[in-house]
Amino acid sequence: MTKYLQEERPSGDDGRPDAEGESLLNRRGLLAGAAGLVGAMLMGSVTPSAEASTEGSPEDPTRVPGAAPTAYGQRSAFEKSARIPRSWWSSLTPLQDSHGILTPSALHFERHHNGVPTIQPTRHRLLIHGMVDQPWTFILDDLKRFPSVSRLAFIECSGNSGSEWRGPAGQTAQQTHGLTSTSEWTGVALKTVLQEVGVNPDASWMLAEGSDAAAMTRSLPLAPILEEAMLCYAQNGEPLRPEQGYPLRLLIPGWEGNTCIKWLRRLKLGRAPFMTREETSQYTDLMPDGTARQFTMVMDAKSVITSPSGGQHIQPGFVEIRGLAWSGRGRITLVEVSTDGGRSWQQATLQEPILPKCHTRFHFPWQWNGEDVILQSRCLDDTGYRQPDRATLVAVRGINSVYHYNAIQSWHIAADGKVSNVHA
Amino acid sequence: MRNILTVGLTTILSAGILWASSPTDRPERTHGYGLGRPATDQEIWAWNIDVAPTGEGLPAGQGTAKQGAAIFAARCATCHGPTGQEGPMDRLVGGAGTLASQHPVKTIGSYWPFATTLYDYVHRAMPFPAPQSLLPDEVYSVVAWLLYRNGIIAEDVVVDAHSLPGISMPNRQGFLPDPRPDIPKP
Repeated sequence: MTKYLQEERPSGDDGRPDAEGESLLNRRGLLAGAAGLVGAMLMGSVTPSAEASTEGSPEDPTRVPGAAPTAYGQRSAFEKSARIPRSWWSSLTPLQDSHGILTPSALHFERHHNGVPTIQPTRHRLLIHGMVDQPWTFILDDLKRFPSVSRLAFIECSGNSGSEWRGPAGQTAQQTHGLTSTSEWTGVALKTVLQEVGVNPDASWMLAEGSDAAAMTRSLPLAPILEEAMLCYAQNGEPLRPEQGYPLRLLIPGWEGNTCIKWLRRLKLGRAPFMTREETSQYTDLMPDGTARQFTMVMDAKSVITSPSGGQHIQPGFVEIRGLAWSGRGRITLVEVSTDGGRSWQQATLQEPILPKCHTRFHFPWQWNGEDVILQSRCLDDTGYRQPDRATLVAVRGINSVYHYNAIQSWHIAADGKVSNVHA
Repeated sequence: MRNILTVGLTTILSAGILWASSPTDRPERTHGYGLGRPATDQEIWAWNIDVAPTGEGLPAGQGTAKQGAAIFAARCATCHGPTGQEGPMDRLVGGAGTLASQHPVKTIGSYWPFATTLYDYVHRAMPFPAPQSLLPDEVYSVVAWLLYRNGIIAEDVVVDAHSLPGISMPNRQGFLPDPRPDIPKP
């Protein structure tokens, strides 16, 4: 109690309780007036503030009334897991702190090409033109009135783990693999909207364009995306986050993130790719012979142990090895874990749900005896594709292709329990 | 120039065939939900800014490298360096012959397959602090300067909607379709 009283303080930076706090106190006037001590306790525990506070946490929370309801909830003030803004262009999801398969919207990685635009939803329009029966315009409310679909899907930037081509670079799973996240996405099927407009039978490509300051564009082949692509207005049960394309984005499950154009304003149907900068100069994979692969859309199967992972420390005894696996081509069918640097492999348990083109959580129970070891995971998808080791991947692609690095990740555990990124 | 254009189109079309739709994929027009409305010409005009390799979408206007030099110095050099090579942002000039080396330098001259992409991107997204602020003559001029500095055109070539699609880029044949899965099974 003494400790609690010492830590308690008014919420305002200037030492005065804020207006909302005062009104809450008034509502609880009976209690507040009963005794100074109780009033002070209430002030410490129920006064809302912009950021949840760790200050004034009571030694025994069963003896103090808790906080009042709030309009838009926040995580516990004791939790600090955060994205790492890597540059003006991107921020990384803290995979090492993740549980299950969903990424909290606030921690979904970011990648944008000239900042996050501020878009008033009532002014946003989607234009569909080119090789269509008639050019057509939808406002956001139109799109929300169509039959809706929801699905869980990962989005991975094709540059995820790209820093690892030349050697172990990232210190943590966030730095090596943090450009992938999973959300539940809700919107309307692209096919439904295109049917409403009518597409010329000779149209086989579609340009998608964003309403950001890069007017980000990609050309997308129509046939392979038509069954699964979605025009999304919601993420994890609420409107998209601004950095995820508010108010409208494309989702092409399993394809590299940049094809899922955010802040979507325009779809233009044509008979050939438009050869924008983002599919010629960028997002093409340079091979050792100097040629480059173009339209490498699908993200191949990949897995990473998220715990224990780089930057963490473990204790001898029981350690549950936890990780994520995913494939842009389908469902994960097998994850294997090695605790001896790849000499032997054992099957991990896959946690339901195991969904196509979605993060899948795996677990593996392990006893660490304090020896120096290397942990690895590798996955198999339902096309029969097995995640390659680093040497095999580099033998085919060299080290200058920038994108689509999906090799087995190795975490070294030193005798003192410290985990670090190595290439085994 | 006609031959270059034909070769280019053939390659683009074969890329299209790779992903060709079957007739049954065609989204037949239904208007089943009665949502949305016809787009106006003004709405299309305002956003229809893409430029295809055929040159479709290029506006009227023109420019030369000489005119582009001053615009590049004023609007682009802060990020790309006085000669387009110094950075700090993307290097735009040089790099010829480096793509198969240990340290490839991917620039407009060494890597970009289509000259038309330059117009599209410079107009669409540059200069970074003020995208879509350059007028067509200014964009054509900057494009001409970048092509000239990369040794692709002469300094006095007039770049416009007619000439740009026919300009052959050194790495035009450098791109191949996705061959994956490419990793041998263990």
